[in-house]
Amino acid sequence: MEAKVANDWRLRGQRYRLEGEVCGHCGVAIFPPRDICPECGKPAKTPAPLSGRGEVYTFSTVYNAPEGFEPYTPYTVALVKLEEGPVVTAQLTDVAPKDVQIGMPVEMVTRRLRTHGEEGTIVYGYKFRPRVRV
Amino acid sequence: MRDVAIIGVGMIPFGRRDQDSLIDMLAYASMKALDDAHLGDKAVDAVYVANMGGGILQHQTGIASALVDRLSLLPAAADLVENGPASGASAIKNGVQAIASGYSDVVLVAGGEKMREVTGWRATDFVATLTHPESEYPYGITLPGMAGMFTRLYMEQHGLTAEALVAVAIKNQEMGALNPYAHVEMMITKEGIFDSPHSVVNNPLVADPLRLYDACPVSDGAAAVLMCPLEMARELTEKQPVVVAGFGQATDTHTLQERDDPTDLKAVRLAAQQAFDRAKLKPSDVDVAELHDAFTVLEIAESEHVGFFGKGEGSKAALAGLTRFGGKIPINVSGGLKARGHPVGATGVAQVVEITWQLRHELPKERQVKNAKVGLTVNFGGFGNNVLAFVLRRAS
Ligand SMILES: [Zn+2]
Repeated sequence: MEAKVANDWRLRGQRYRLEGEVCGHCGVAIFPPRDICPECGKPAKTPAPLSGRGEVYTFSTVYNAPEGFEPYTPYTVALVKLEEGPVVTAQLTDVAPKDVQIGMPVEMVTRRLRTHGEEGTIVYGYKFRPRVRV
Repeated sequence: MRDVAIIGVGMIPFGRRDQDSLIDMLAYASMKALDDAHLGDKAVDAVYVANMGGGILQHQTGIASALVDRLSLLPAAADLVENGPASGASAIKNGVQAIASGYSDVVLVAGGEKMREVTGWRATDFVATLTHPESEYPYGITLPGMAGMFTRLYMEQHGLTAEALVAVAIKNQEMGALNPYAHVEMMITKEGIFDSPHSVVNNPLVADPLRLYDACPVSDGAAAVLMCPLEMARELTEKQPVVVAGFGQATDTHTLQERDDPTDLKAVRLAAQQAFDRAKLKPSDVDVAELHDAFTVLEIAESEHVGFFGKGEGSKAALAGLTRFGGKIPINVSGGLKARGHPVGATGVAQVVEITWQLRHELPKERQVKNAKVGLTVNFGGFGNNVLAFVLRRAS
């Protein structure tokens, strides 16, 4: 429920550009950015946007939403495995729940995530849709 | 290090408890545990309180200090332990370490949660605050949603079937109906939730492929245990002591997305292994187990990861009745989280209370596992990112 304008601003890189990091030591792509490589444990601060192309690894259509998401039910959440390796968690869009399949090619788009009460802002961020760009 | 014994346990019925505050519930469960041990004049040295949401749901902090004062246990040491839905087991672990090390002699652990005074949406949101605040929570991810994604992979890769999930739901509600502390005391049938044309109405999807009867209810409740060194147990109380033979704890990535194989509940595997190693016992020694079935799928997956069954065999075992009361390894004879309810801070403590009753042979015969000597509990925090296991043994 809680969400703050400053928080939305701080996260703009990952929300709008799917910006992660790349480890300068072992070369692994990291998302979300965390400044420490989960593979080798060394510092990793080089920003690197991800392509936003991937495929559905698993998914679930959610009927009981947390506060703030009630108007959007049912919506489908998925783990999307990106071409670069990292897996991201996101909602799927522009597709009916019954048509979603594991392995389906998807791509990132920027959409409204929610309209929330406290500071009255609309939060935008990534969702994934069936791939149309070649 | 000293061996640690459980000498008193107490619990209040889970459900909707509008009549009690969070502190009331913790106090009632604690008083029952103190009464149960007949401790006499011996003072409680330290109190560990397990609670996840007081700050969010009741707008109250300093819960442990409030409880020791309420119970007139001053000047006992008091701390709050928050580890999400595994707060209960974490608090007990803290108590065990305090006694084993020699820093404390008599320790009270109380776990409680009051979740029914907010709307269902707000309760779902509260639990979702466990998820990653940057890469999960903003996208509308819920714990049922994570469990749904996990279930789909488990079905694809490890032979899990919807029918096996239904078998777990029916079993646990059947046992819950025999447990006066359970939130849900209603029996269900396969006809009603799976076979008949009405089943889709009775048992709607909540997080596809999981349905309503795959999930535990949202509950209020509290449970407490009293512990001391085993060497002191016989002089302090006439109750049959139950020994904390071993515990284990392990963590895993915060997000599901960062696991190489999301169907591998690594923290469950490691925590159970550690608990068995410390107890010098093995899965086949266990007579009765309380697993963390916040969703039916978790009971099956955990039954594999703790070593009762091989990976992919848990479904077959559930369908064959091996995990029922009277079966090879009875799981969740209390009704589990599914029927007892899941007041998050209370659950890990309630599991230990149940196993203590089982090992003392105190339960009515319709749910007393005959001659039970060794019990296992698994308390699952986050979506498996912080898990504790206890192996408990009836003292000889
Ligand atoms: Zn690295």
